[in-house]
Amino acid sequence: MSRITARFAELKTQQTKSGTRTALIPYVMTGDPSPEITLPLMHAMVEAGADIIELGAPFSDPMADGPVIQAAAERSLQHNTSLYDVFSVVAEFRQTDDKTPIVMMGYLNPIEVMGYSSFAQQAAACGIDGVITVDMPPVEAAEYVSALKSQGLDPIFLLAPTSTTERIKKLADVASGFVYYVSLKGVTGAATLDVSSVKEKVEEIRQFIDLPIGVGFGISDAQSAANVAVCADAVVVGSVIVKKMTLNNGKTTQERSIIIKEISGILSSMRKALDGL
Amino acid sequence: MTQLIDKSVKQKPAAIDYAAMPDEYGHFGIYGGVFASETLMQALDELRDAYEKIKTDKVFQKQFDLDLAHYVGRPSPLYFAERLTQQVGGAQIFLKREDLNHTGAHKINNTIGQGLLAKLMGKKRIIAETGAGQHGVASATVAARFGMECIVYMGAEDIIRQAPNVYRMKLLGAKVVAVESGSKTLKDALNEAMRDWVTNVDDTFYIIGTVAGPHPYPAMVRDFQSIIGREAKQQMQEQCACLPDALVACIGGGSNAIGLFHPFLDDDSVTMYGVEGGGLGLDSGKHAAPLCAGSPGVLHGNRTYLMEDENGQIIETHSISAGLDYPGVGPEHAWLKDIGRVNYVVATDDEALKAFHTLTRIEGIIPALESSHAVAYGMQLAATMKPEQRIIINLSGRGDKDINTIAKIEGIQL
Repeated sequence: MSRITARFAELKTQQTKSGTRTALIPYVMTGDPSPEITLPLMHAMVEAGADIIELGAPFSDPMADGPVIQAAAERSLQHNTSLYDVFSVVAEFRQTDDKTPIVMMGYLNPIEVMGYSSFAQQAAACGIDGVITVDMPPVEAAEYVSALKSQGLDPIFLLAPTSTTERIKKLADVASGFVYYVSLKGVTGAATLDVSSVKEKVEEIRQFIDLPIGVGFGISDAQSAANVAVCADAVVVGSVIVKKMTLNNGKTTQERSIIIKEISGILSSMRKALDGL
Repeated sequence: MTQLIDKSVKQKPAAIDYAAMPDEYGHFGIYGGVFASETLMQALDELRDAYEKIKTDKVFQKQFDLDLAHYVGRPSPLYFAERLTQQVGGAQIFLKREDLNHTGAHKINNTIGQGLLAKLMGKKRIIAETGAGQHGVASATVAARFGMECIVYMGAEDIIRQAPNVYRMKLLGAKVVAVESGSKTLKDALNEAMRDWVTNVDDTFYIIGTVAGPHPYPAMVRDFQSIIGREAKQQMQEQCACLPDALVACIGGGSNAIGLFHPFLDDDSVTMYGVEGGGLGLDSGKHAAPLCAGSPGVLHGNRTYLMEDENGQIIETHSISAGLDYPGVGPEHAWLKDIGRVNYVVATDDEALKAFHTLTRIEGIIPALESSHAVAYGMQLAATMKPEQRIIINLSGRGDKDINTIAKIEGIQL
């Protein structure tokens, strides 16, 4: 059983007032704003209540992301952050945390250039558990999926409000770990979220896919996290955290602790809201 | 990627059914495809279905032909450049005069096609990306004619380089959005247009200006632009009762080139040259020549040759011409390169600039800086050929938009 599957199974056994615990999944970009912050930030997020960590790998042309995540990628690339840097920070993280699942999220081209099987081997070896590749749809993914699965990695795919039944079914054939439902039309960091339509779509997805469903895009505070948690197995929080990376450039220990404290605060309040349901 | 490409196996071009490409999912060999986020898939499926329908729809195709004739002004002439031929002293040089189209470039062929399709699909809002501004102008033109809202995304750097075209778009009623991210050029404008499309997918039609992007764009844009080659073939037949020996066209994304080349792919006697932006020279690293000096990867929804670093990050390109300043290229060109059917070469900034002046002074035709790359290589090529041979250079656009750039380079205050 993968760390991701184990984590969701564990949460299912933990009761809250109205059900079981919802996973909290924060997203941060590796090397943003400095290479030194990522490792301590990952540990701090776990302490503040993160159940799974989504770790961004930067790409020069992040088409599906809004201005906040794009700026994060640009800051990270100023330090020449590569997939190798993602692997090494995860390997370091694993020295003291062998339980928290880590999902790498990025775009296809860096993986394509490395080669699917080489990527999968190294990702698994360093302790990554799942991979989300934004611009790799199931229809193109046969070779990619088999490379990931042969190394025990979960290929995680996105679904959108516009996803048809046909594509939901196609995804069910290849996905494992969990499914990431993009809760609104638009790019990451967009503002509004219609909870009732999210609920409707998530229920439709559940008819065809027997995997936990994480909901992301547009979750900006404890209240919206709690609203979504009613129908989701996990809430993914990105832009609202990444915004804090502009507080300073994360060069000194003191600067890093300012950013880490702010982000921990956001996650703690979300954790509390989720567990209070 | 490495496991996908075996360079030692080169298929014999003659055995290939070019008309059957791409496959159902938009693949040209290992290139092309639909590498887009799930948020765009429904829109792409809808577009593909609509395009499949109109491809063989007589009413649509008749309307398209009428618009090309009466609005664009087609057929564009195939002009024998006699003085240029004499000066070069080799093959006879013919110019396919896409510069004489309405709005001054080949781009309008495609925007008329996609504009008609947008109308048919009931879309009210058109978005487009643009580099040199020619595609932006052509999109704004079509939007004005069909009474649609038009937003054009353009890199902040290109807005400065192509000021006259920016003003033309505004006159036509389009909103021009400056893109400040990344390298502030065409690729970033494309990213931004994709984001707009994802957000406004219900009422918006995205008119991509070149043969790149996810399926069905590379095939659809090629089909709309193939009028160039079909006409050229017929005109050459009428004027000389033969096929040309060689075709030359510049390549940014590659739409004017594929438009000229595609109807000739089955004619083995016709050699083809796609001319990329050589910038300051391939050795300098400052160029826009993914086919000549790049490697395969995935960007903007398709697998193709890219300008990328060893980590798969897209690197900044350089070309004197904004329309060639793009780190990718249409996937069909990537495939045609690998199978050896088309030769891909470069012309540098300096060579293009020189050709710009030569054509202007010798033939009284001011070419776009993009097309000047084709003229530069075409002249070199013609010089190596025999007087009874014939080449067609695609004069994809006129140079009025570039006079500020040229004047600035030459230190002249307008």
